Amino acid sequence: MIPMLSIKNLHVTVGETEIIKGLSLEVPAGEVHAVMGPNGAGKSTLSYALAGRPGYGVTEGAASLDGEDLLALDPSERAAKGVFLSFQYPLEIPGVPGLTFLRTALNAQRKARGEDEVAAPAFLKLAREKAAALKIDFDMLKRPLNVGFSGGEKKRMEIFQMAVLSPRLLILDETDSGLDIDALRIVAEGVNAMRSADRAMLVITHYQRLLDYIRPDRVHVLADGRIVASGGPELALELEREGYDKYAKVAA
Amino acid sequence: MTLAAALTTGDAAQLPSRRQEDWRWSDLRGLVRTMPPKSPRLAAPVDPGGPFACIPAIEVVIANGHLNWWPEENRGGVEVTIHQKPDLPRKAERLPMASLAAANAGDPPITIIQFNSGETQPILLRFVSNATLTSHHARVGVMVKAGASALLLESYEGAGEGYFANHLLEIFVEEGGALERVVIVGEVADAISVSTADVNLRPGAQFAQTVLTSGAKRQRHETHVANPGGGSQVRLDGVYLLEAGHADLTTEVIHQGLDGATRQLTKGAVRGASRAVFQGRIVVREGADRTDARMGHHALILSERAEVDAKPELEIYADDVACAHGNTVGALDEEALFYARSRGILEPEARAMLTEAFVGEVVDRIEHDGARDVARTWVAAHLRGES
Repeated sequence: MIPMLSIKNLHVTVGETEIIKGLSLEVPAGEVHAVMGPNGAGKSTLSYALAGRPGYGVTEGAASLDGEDLLALDPSERAAKGVFLSFQYPLEIPGVPGLTFLRTALNAQRKARGEDEVAAPAFLKLAREKAAALKIDFDMLKRPLNVGFSGGEKKRMEIFQMAVLSPRLLILDETDSGLDIDALRIVAEGVNAMRSADRAMLVITHYQRLLDYIRPDRVHVLADGRIVASGGPELALELEREGYDKYAKVAA
Repeated sequence: MTLAAALTTGDAAQLPSRRQEDWRWSDLRGLVRTMPPKSPRLAAPVDPGGPFACIPAIEVVIANGHLNWWPEENRGGVEVTIHQKPDLPRKAERLPMASLAAANAGDPPITIIQFNSGETQPILLRFVSNATLTSHHARVGVMVKAGASALLLESYEGAGEGYFANHLLEIFVEEGGALERVVIVGEVADAISVSTADVNLRPGAQFAQTVLTSGAKRQRHETHVANPGGGSQVRLDGVYLLEAGHADLTTEVIHQGLDGATRQLTKGAVRGASRAVFQGRIVVREGADRTDARMGHHALILSERAEVDAKPELEIYADDVACAHGNTVGALDEEALFYARSRGILEPEARAMLTEAFVGEVVDRIEHDGARDVARTWVAAHLRGES
């Protein structure tokens, strides 16, 4: 069976510097994999490269979703195929209300997939339902996206967008950063609600804390641009106890 | 030979050129060797329409420099009259193109629109050009009587090619009168178009203006306002969205007395090899204390060949004033662009959406709901190539 996400020998260069140096990883449908690593290991670079951020040059290797090459696609095409990156630092979009932004995105994705657009009433119903589940005040969605929002509010907005867009591959980049414990619980519940047999998740994090709430099936250690160890959920606990030192040495 | 006389003879040598400081970025002299022949008078009335057609209003149409359509009876508190022997424009010496328009105006030499009292019916003032390689000029007076409240929806609509259109408006707002002027400039790509407005306010008058332009081969929209203070408030806004060609938004406000206010916000985006010019001058005369004047101009340059020239000027000769200006030129935020694309929005739409939001701040300041909607639609269509 083809894994939903397959990354083989990926090399990514930012500017002149190679950050990802031969990374291989497979995530089957229905599973949640955590990628943990020290600062500077290349965690965010991996997530940006998968989403197609300009300036993140893939010099070697492959990445595919359901056997289809991702790297040849434009960021918006990747989104239409089902890739969703929850940003570590979500952007503020002045002048564009959250609902307008999201409806534009949803309909652009649907159009790219040859599906009909969602009409305004159906969209509003969907948005209300998902916002309520994430305890987001609906009026907040009428304000310019993320402008003046707290770190926790921005992260909740990411999960809200994810819930409405219903992607197949979820990449969570340091979703726990900047969250207090209550916000963390709400965000994790939102993510867990999306677990399903035809979805895969890549949870990228520095700390084990998030994994108490979003239980991974597999844990991978990323150090110096490569996966240096993989194991079950117990690996996350070991990292929490012993730190990343021994992997940093392996990588070096 | 005076300028006006030189120009009536078809001599283009006196057109403003880059040697004049106020015209350095919008040279006409180098573009026009001889004054093109006069545009023909249109035989039939122009069909009702234009960009503001959805707003119930009284139409006044000036086509190829001649009054083409106007209400013959007073309606909705508005009177339209014509005069055969108007005085020379008040700032003839300083405004060469205004003099040219007055000296060469079609028939009649001046059309006067007067808003009489209270809430008045909006006026659609349409300057229609349907001409090829010819030139035309017209002069319009706008009078807002004391206490009257008026909406002037002004459009420049072009058909044909390579014409030279030059218009002069002289606007007077009496004590306690209020005028909102919303302008859409939609000339053909290879036209030369100049419009000059001389705005005179009495104390306590309100004047609010928003100009939206997509430019032309050379296009300039110029507004001069005398703010007498006494609670007079002026808003002078602009939006330019250029794919090609040239647009020039030039303004001057002179604060002449105590307690006047001016708010100015111009934003625009340039693509291709287009060029935008913003010249904003606010003068606070001696004795015009407690003036409050704020000017902002912010531009997005969306291609390497596009250019924006900006000259914000504050000249302050009074002591007790609050004045501020800000001027920025930049590019779209690449991170925001990627963020939108990562959600599935195609790059051209993401660019249009972010640019629309950028200039939306200006559009939101339009007070009349219908005119604001028209302006929003105009912006959205221009950014998506649907205009």
